[in-house]
Amino acid sequence: METMLFLPELLLILLALVCFFTSLGTPRTGVLQGSVILFSILALFATMATFQQTGTLFYGAYRIDPLSQLFKLVLCTGLALIAWANPGLRGIEKRLHPEYYLFITVSTLGLVMLSSAVELLTIFLALEISSYALFVAIPFRQPFHGRQQYEASIKYVLFGAAASGLSLFGMSYIFGLSGTTYLAELSTLIPGMISSEPLALAGMILLLCGFFYKLALFPMHFWTPDVYQGAANETTSFIATLPKIGAVILLLRLVSLAGVDITELSWALGILAIASMTIGNLSALVQNDIKRLLAYSSVAHAGYIMLGVIAGTTLGHAAAIYYAVGYLLMNLACFFVLYHVSTDNRNLNLDDLKGLYRRSPLLAFVLAAGVFSLAGIPPTIGFTGKFVLFTSAFQQGLYGLVVLGLINAAISIFFYLKIVRAAYLTSSDDNGGTGQVSLHLSSKVLGLVLVIAIILLGVLPQQLLSVAKAAVAFL
Amino acid sequence: MRRPGQGMPCPYTQGTIVEQYLIYNQLNYPIISVLLLLPLIGAVVGLLFKSDKAQLLWGLGVTVATALASLPLYTQFDRSTAQYQFVELRHWLPTLGLDYVVGVDGISVLLVLLTTFVMPLCVLCSWSYIKERMREFMFVLLVIETAMIGVFVSLNTLLFFLFWEAMLIPMYLIIAIWGGPRKDYASIKYFLYTFAGSIFFLASIIALYVQTGSFFIPELMEHSYSFTFQAWIFLGCALAFAVKVPMFPLHTWLPAAHVEAPTAGSVILASIMLKLGGYGFLRFCLPMAPEATWYFMPWLIALSLVSIIVGGYLALGQSDVKKLIAYSSVGHMGFVTLGIFLLNDQGIKGAMLQMINHGITTGALFILIGIIYERTHSREMSVNRALGSMMPLFVLFLGIFSLSSFGFPGTNSFVSEFLVLLAAFSKYPLVGALAIVGAILAAAYMLRLLQSMVWADSDGHGHHDDAHDAGHGHLLKDLNAREIGTLSFLTIFVFWIGFYPTPLLEMMDVSVTQLIDQIGSGLDQGGHDNLHHALNGWGDKIAGLFMTLKP
Repeated sequence: METMLFLPELLLILLALVCFFTSLGTPRTGVLQGSVILFSILALFATMATFQQTGTLFYGAYRIDPLSQLFKLVLCTGLALIAWANPGLRGIEKRLHPEYYLFITVSTLGLVMLSSAVELLTIFLALEISSYALFVAIPFRQPFHGRQQYEASIKYVLFGAAASGLSLFGMSYIFGLSGTTYLAELSTLIPGMISSEPLALAGMILLLCGFFYKLALFPMHFWTPDVYQGAANETTSFIATLPKIGAVILLLRLVSLAGVDITELSWALGILAIASMTIGNLSALVQNDIKRLLAYSSVAHAGYIMLGVIAGTTLGHAAAIYYAVGYLLMNLACFFVLYHVSTDNRNLNLDDLKGLYRRSPLLAFVLAAGVFSLAGIPPTIGFTGKFVLFTSAFQQGLYGLVVLGLINAAISIFFYLKIVRAAYLTSSDDNGGTGQVSLHLSSKVLGLVLVIAIILLGVLPQQLLSVAKAAVAFL
Repeated sequence: MRRPGQGMPCPYTQGTIVEQYLIYNQLNYPIISVLLLLPLIGAVVGLLFKSDKAQLLWGLGVTVATALASLPLYTQFDRSTAQYQFVELRHWLPTLGLDYVVGVDGISVLLVLLTTFVMPLCVLCSWSYIKERMREFMFVLLVIETAMIGVFVSLNTLLFFLFWEAMLIPMYLIIAIWGGPRKDYASIKYFLYTFAGSIFFLASIIALYVQTGSFFIPELMEHSYSFTFQAWIFLGCALAFAVKVPMFPLHTWLPAAHVEAPTAGSVILASIMLKLGGYGFLRFCLPMAPEATWYFMPWLIALSLVSIIVGGYLALGQSDVKKLIAYSSVGHMGFVTLGIFLLNDQGIKGAMLQMINHGITTGALFILIGIIYERTHSREMSVNRALGSMMPLFVLFLGIFSLSSFGFPGTNSFVSEFLVLLAAFSKYPLVGALAIVGAILAAAYMLRLLQSMVWADSDGHGHHDDAHDAGHGHLLKDLNAREIGTLSFLTIFVFWIGFYPTPLLEMMDVSVTQLIDQIGSGLDQGGHDNLHHALNGWGDKIAGLFMTLKP
């Protein structure tokens, strides 16, 4: 029975092993891609089978509940979608394809474990598993001796190590003050400690730094633009989506330790959220490289998600989950388009999108749906998500946060619109020989799936929200 | 009571409130849903047609069908009640308390009819104007129709907002794809202004929801809120609507958007979209925040006056005909907001009627400019001179609509501007006097336009000097049957409303009375402390200033 609860993780480990052994030979990329999709879907089914169950493993350090299973569902779906969205791995050197899949699988495994970890050291372990795999995967890019991927990799490692250090340091404070590393026991101690012990607040914030780093929240966001720019398009689509989902669940778990009331911790997080939105959006205004632009946009979105975390109510938590799912979909839509438009694996500028409407109507439409969703325009999931987030924050009386968030949403529309304008309104005539972009049937299907998901979940958020609400009851 | 945000599913189906506000649709078909779905389905089906001709015919067919389908709203409308009529209610998102609930009352019904009847004209005036991407154009045009009707009929704040935002992208595309040389600048400016405004409107919607736990507009109107809350709600909503109207100093997007938009885009903007601002004031600001309205009234009256005078003054200096009409729109819409914020019966009725009239007259003027632009490829007054001899029919219509535009007696605008001025003089004579200046400016710039386009000397400079113009100077064709039809249709309304506006006034009568009651009772309920505070503040001083300066 307990094995059954651990089955999704086991399947991912199996997948990692498969990738590892195939790396000894020279397998075809299609086969690898297929097996990644297959195994992540199997893991998905395994998660679904255990969806309503609860249980603890490994001496209470690992908990299976609907919340963790919901995140595992999202993560496994995300992995399958990412593998689906990047057929052929053009940007990765051919001989490294098995390793590439190995590392993103291991990273996903770390995130999946993160969503179940309810003990500080387990959390740290899971966090590091997911980070280390990515440290290795980032420099995989063609041409192999380019400089920017190494710069990106070093930045990711250094910031990651610093963030982990801060996180451990914070844990030491928390442990020192409370004498336990189990979240279940901490949840009774922390609220009292935060109001009486200033050190607990510092400890909590330091502890959260590790997840701010994953989520790219200010002030741990500095790596984002360079890493997005330096990593291959495929890798970026992974970095930009799944680790953020993992960060969201831990932020939910850790911040909810402090209770629902507005405390100093909420204030600190609120300031970080606002700084993150503002810096992200203002920096994105002047970007020309689309990946850098999306990187800054992700910094801003980290701020939006924090609103739900800070609100701390059931609706707020559910909104954060809902928005994280939406964020996965809309970012994936954008990166899916970038991967397919960038046939020579370069980073794309806004100019490279010119006339995309004529070159590939489907890709242009997917991009428009993703970008409008990021901008928060109805009827997309981005709008509904922002609406629920802002409503939850408003209910808690965080008026300042809501107003500043809305102003930020207004600012951000400008650069999102720039992307759509480039794709739809400029002709490619003056851009020389950018030809048609041809797509395989499976990619076309994926494009449609993403668009439909973005719009359908935006118009009918009922199901997802109620599942999320049921799940956060287990916090 | 419900706690805020608890999301009780649809509180208003449970008895009392239903009878109080709503009259369910008595027709044997869901008329408003039909109006919303016809253009939308038409848009999707229209994608199947290949040729431009088929697209145009299909678009015309769909819009005419929608217009005909909307007729029962006029004939079956119960003029004796202020309740919402033809109401349909379906649950959509019970957790959020979001329902699909639509209906019309005396304030919105005329605007819905205006929308459905202007849209066929938009198709007609695009007949030869739009030369590329016809399929997409028709799609966008029909989607925009659904969104605009949706805004007028929504009885749910979030639904209202969804439709409000849904107009944004299609209109942006119309300007950005089919627009003139500076379309990039104009479309971005339009988008940013409107989006920034609507963001604060969204904040107000959230605030109202958190305060009351409801999105249902009639229920929100019933609540009484604290003065501070009202003031914030009022400012949030007013910003969005003032951008849309547009009110000075937020009007700068309008001339840019008008000049660059294709004819159909200009007509939609002028005839319908600007009305959404006025409608928003009537639907949200006045009934939901009566004390705040009272408090901010002098400021808004002052801004309206500035809009009237600045709009007129700027129009006087334009050489581009389209820009001239755009600035005149600012002035005319100033009359609308002036009428609304005079907060009395004549003022609001005048404002409502002015919205309809501006839709008819300015829409027609933009169609006329589109017609001349297709022939001379210029909108400069200096190029389009002395058309009287070449295009007598064109000049006839231009004359009619110009006269109507500056409110010549016997035309439609006269009635509405007269009502607004009457309201102004009866309340604050100085306001009336300043508004008269605007009316005189309107006459000045329209007559200047007429003089130069119709009669200007053809012997001196002008197009005879210019080789390019001389080439086709005498080849300008007068209006064809399609254009005559379009314009004659609007002419009927110019004179109908000009001579016999009673049917329209009857339709809005009860609703306007109830609106004024709502404001009155809101002021009473709000407690006299706040009211006195508001009146003793700057508001009173400004109002007092107007009184003492009485000539």
